[in-house]
Amino acid sequence: MKTILNKEQLHLSIIRLAQHLVENLDDVSDVVFIGIQPRGVKVSDKIVERIKLLYPDRQIQYGILDITFYRDDVREEFHVASKTDIPFSVEGKKVILIDDVLYTGRTIRAALDALQDFGRPQKVELCVLIDRRFNRELPIQPDYFGKAIDTIASQKVKVQWDIEEVQLY
Amino acid sequence: MQLSTKHLLGIKELSPEDITTILATAQQFKEVLQRPVKKVPSLRDVTIVNLFYENSTRTRISFELAEKRLGADTINFSASGSSVSKGETLLDTVNNILSMKVDMVVMRHSASGAPHFLSKHLEGIPIVNAGDGINEHPTQALLDAFSIQEKTGTLKDKKILLIGDIMHSRVALSNIYLLKKMGAQIMLSGPPTLIPKHITEAFDIRVEYNLTKALQWCDVANVLRIQLERQNQVLFSSLREYNLAYGVTQHKLKHINKEIIIMHPGPINRGVEIDSDVADSGQSIILQQVENGVAVRMAVLYLLAEKKSNN
Repeated sequence: MKTILNKEQLHLSIIRLAQHLVENLDDVSDVVFIGIQPRGVKVSDKIVERIKLLYPDRQIQYGILDITFYRDDVREEFHVASKTDIPFSVEGKKVILIDDVLYTGRTIRAALDALQDFGRPQKVELCVLIDRRFNRELPIQPDYFGKAIDTIASQKVKVQWDIEEVQLY
Repeated sequence: MQLSTKHLLGIKELSPEDITTILATAQQFKEVLQRPVKKVPSLRDVTIVNLFYENSTRTRISFELAEKRLGADTINFSASGSSVSKGETLLDTVNNILSMKVDMVVMRHSASGAPHFLSKHLEGIPIVNAGDGINEHPTQALLDAFSIQEKTGTLKDKKILLIGDIMHSRVALSNIYLLKKMGAQIMLSGPPTLIPKHITEAFDIRVEYNLTKALQWCDVANVLRIQLERQNQVLFSSLREYNLAYGVTQHKLKHINKEIIIMHPGPINRGVEIDSDVADSGQSIILQQVENGVAVRMAVLYLLAEKKSNN
């Protein structure tokens, strides 16, 4: 086991991602933040919380998306569905998808499909805490990432929220 | 996939965990049905046949919608106008349909046990019972449970009253199995001729022949349809008398000092087991039950769809 991000580095990454996101956005009111269930929501909660501190007087649109029913392996293994809550239209909005670890890219593919069912966004960007650069199976890249790492397929990356560390097994 | 059973033959065959899984999954599908695009691609490689050997409006449309919302292909078969009238047996009919590469069967049949019979003769084809004779109607009980849970938060210790034709009602039997498994309290009310002893004794359920007292006791009243088509003997003197004694009317509801939830599986005999002003009132959740039916059936089909083989 190896620690990729310790508690302090994890905090700094979240703060940097939040700063980076708002730097790139002209108008927060046109932007919606969507965390991907179940683990991406832990990251998006923290990033959105940070953005709210930066814009205390603005309404930040934040939703959570479960992609279980859109998975390409939905009938190969069982996945428990979690809650989806997007109480606004994404039509014409700029969407920031947030997940914890980007690996094969298949979750993001499913999320892009799912997102279509809520309207046609003007633009979609991807923000991840950890980018596992190798072993991508689809042409998907992050627009914002906390840390990029090189791993082999047999390894596992896990964000341990109880001790606030990112670990590599 | 994760259920303890390969088919949904009845609530009898489900574990409490299965029921919880189905209801929790239905909750997610209910959200899907609120989206601008009310559809997911989960079962887009699955073909489902709806075999209806008995008339149906709600259940057939509800299953068909559920299948389409999951992206499945569907075939509808009704016994009238088919080769059944030429004498083809149930098993022959089903085997012929399955040879055209159908993956799942949803079946309603007037013979109790028909889906159980099929499940013994077909390999690897999940069967969903959409009502068999006077035995069970599991998806109705599941959607009833979902609707109660949505209104009251839980089934545990809730007081549920089933009123009317318990003897001929597959909805009643499925509801009794389910409510027992989920820890709800059950009471039956109706004419003694329509409440068979074997049910009350087997399940150890209280019976209250005075409907007003029974209504006073309950949190939820599930009013069952008088099944005139299944009665071949006189079990009560007239529909009018039935309405006076066991019909749910505003008059009876005024005599109890609380607001209860009114349910009915449909189709309603207005003015017999329930009066129009009750059925259309704010305390009735009859149309919510129908709405929830699609989400619940989506959950059942999604959870039962066979795993894709990897070869």
